[in-house]
Amino acid sequence: MLNIVVCIKQVPDTTDVKINPKTNTLIREGVESIMNPFDRYAVEEALRIKEQHEGKITVLTMGPPQAESILREAISMGVDEGVLLSDRAFAGSDTWATSYTLANGIKVLGKFDIILCGKQAADGDTAQVGPGIAVHLNIPQLTYVKKIEKIEDGKVTVERLIEEGYEVIEASLPCLMTVVKEINEPRIPSLKGMMKSKKAEIKKISAADLDVKAEYLGLDGSPTQVVKIFSPPQRQKGEIFEGEVSDIVEKISGVIKGIN
Amino acid sequence: MDYLLTEEQKMMQDLARKIADEKIRPVAKELDETCKFPYEAMKVLADSDLFGVYLPEEYGGFGGGVFELCLVTEELSKACGGIAVCYAASALGTLPILIMGNDEQKKKYLPDLASGKKLAAFAVTEPEAGSDASAIQTTAKKEGDHYLLNGMKHFITNGEVADTYVVIAMTNKAKGARGATAFIVEKGTKGFTFGKKEDKLGIRASATSELVFNDCKVPAENILGKEGMGFIATMRTFDISRPGVAAQALGIAQGALDLTVAYAMQRRQFGKAISSFQGIQFMLADMATEIEAARALVYSTARMIDAKKGNVAGVSAMSKMYASDVAMKVTVDCIQVYGGYGYMKDYPIEKYMRDAKITQIYEGTNQIQRNIIAANLLKESRKK
Repeated sequence: MLNIVVCIKQVPDTTDVKINPKTNTLIREGVESIMNPFDRYAVEEALRIKEQHEGKITVLTMGPPQAESILREAISMGVDEGVLLSDRAFAGSDTWATSYTLANGIKVLGKFDIILCGKQAADGDTAQVGPGIAVHLNIPQLTYVKKIEKIEDGKVTVERLIEEGYEVIEASLPCLMTVVKEINEPRIPSLKGMMKSKKAEIKKISAADLDVKAEYLGLDGSPTQVVKIFSPPQRQKGEIFEGEVSDIVEKISGVIKGIN
Repeated sequence: MDYLLTEEQKMMQDLARKIADEKIRPVAKELDETCKFPYEAMKVLADSDLFGVYLPEEYGGFGGGVFELCLVTEELSKACGGIAVCYAASALGTLPILIMGNDEQKKKYLPDLASGKKLAAFAVTEPEAGSDASAIQTTAKKEGDHYLLNGMKHFITNGEVADTYVVIAMTNKAKGARGATAFIVEKGTKGFTFGKKEDKLGIRASATSELVFNDCKVPAENILGKEGMGFIATMRTFDISRPGVAAQALGIAQGALDLTVAYAMQRRQFGKAISSFQGIQFMLADMATEIEAARALVYSTARMIDAKKGNVAGVSAMSKMYASDVAMKVTVDCIQVYGGYGYMKDYPIEKYMRDAKITQIYEGTNQIQRNIIAANLLKESRKK
């Protein structure tokens, strides 16, 4: 019987992201919020572990009240329970404060054996929160996992994606794993799961429920300050000249002369 | 238009749409080309519980009806008419058991069909018995506690891939249509084999096969209803299954129009998107209107069937005939909007036209539908 916690995040649908060129902030109006695509693989992997080893899966997210929808989505896929960490005090957290808060949320949930995260979030792209949670909990971390080979005798053996292939490593439980999309193909929810998820009760945890230092939370607890977000300047379209070499040379020299 | 769906119906529709977009659309072209049966898509539909939307809860279904079946079929058909019909044809093979079966037969067969663990097929058509179902040649002769089936069926959707077949055979040829009987025949029964698999114009991912019966021994307890009720079973099944074909046609038409609107907005000629030309706009407007009219008719018919109110034969035939005629017209016009590109297999639109054509033919040609509509019209008028 394994207790599995999956940390997931609600992000704007990245196929649709636009940045306001004046304020350099994300235009959130009319942009659908979805479960971070990498987190779906973590949820799927948790379900597969449970199918093989028995256990209980809890999905955890930190975010505003509307983040509840991704918890319900995970429940519709087959997860047992959803927990929402939500408090104004958490607002403005960077990756350090986020992983601190999530780690303390996990402690409140009780005993755990495996924590799963997507390799990174599609909005911030930092890949820091998963490892951060492991550090705050003082447990081993296995990042970029592409395959779980086995879980037995309190140990897990995984294949971990590295630049020139993969490495096989082993860690003792409890541990945290971040997974890459090569690990599985996330399932589509079932109708029974969807109906269950509608009625499921979402457990809510606020700052007061956690054993944390207030100065480590939210914007105040975040050592990283975002100075500026901007869209990179659009690259100008290139021009392709076709035809005889002599003609091309003439055209190119014409362009160069035009610039001068 | 808002059809005031319940939360559960919206959920089924959303789920079917998700599966259509993520699991069906990406494989539609390949399966059309290779004629490979969509086993993986069927497994996804089974795992997501969609095979049971129209079946009673006591048999593992969701307690919906024909309307729910139509909602799912329509969404799947938007992505691929061929894959969608594998789903819908299983429902066609299940419906006779649902409406004519006794408790034991329902308990035995419906749970596996509701879960999608097994597929069903309905076998009426023979080479000499198409629109004229009374000309069926397959015979069933009683011998003790079983019947011996001999003969063949052809053009059977889900033939060979299905596990559970409802087969119409003559137990008394002298009585004509009244001598037909419906049998449940399981795949693997001795004397039951499969013949030619058809190579079709459209819906090519689906399997269409011959069924061959050679002294096939079927237990007497597998009769649906009673001896001689095969023709009634067939008519009653078609009365409630036709909106399913209509929903398939509707999905094909809507799927084609969605692609065509997107194409018209992106295709530029004379320095403008072709969607800015009135000639194109009028075509799009007509298509959208006809599809919506078809949808209103199909949904109303399905809801009327589920409410078990009155004689549905006429409206059921109307929904099938109208939606399939709309699908054919719309898909032909969609190719016209695509122009030369639409004629090429590199673009997805020609497949919609090929898939649409069958909806005017099967489960009763549209000419037979007109017969049914007229017969009901005149019958009602005589009553007045």
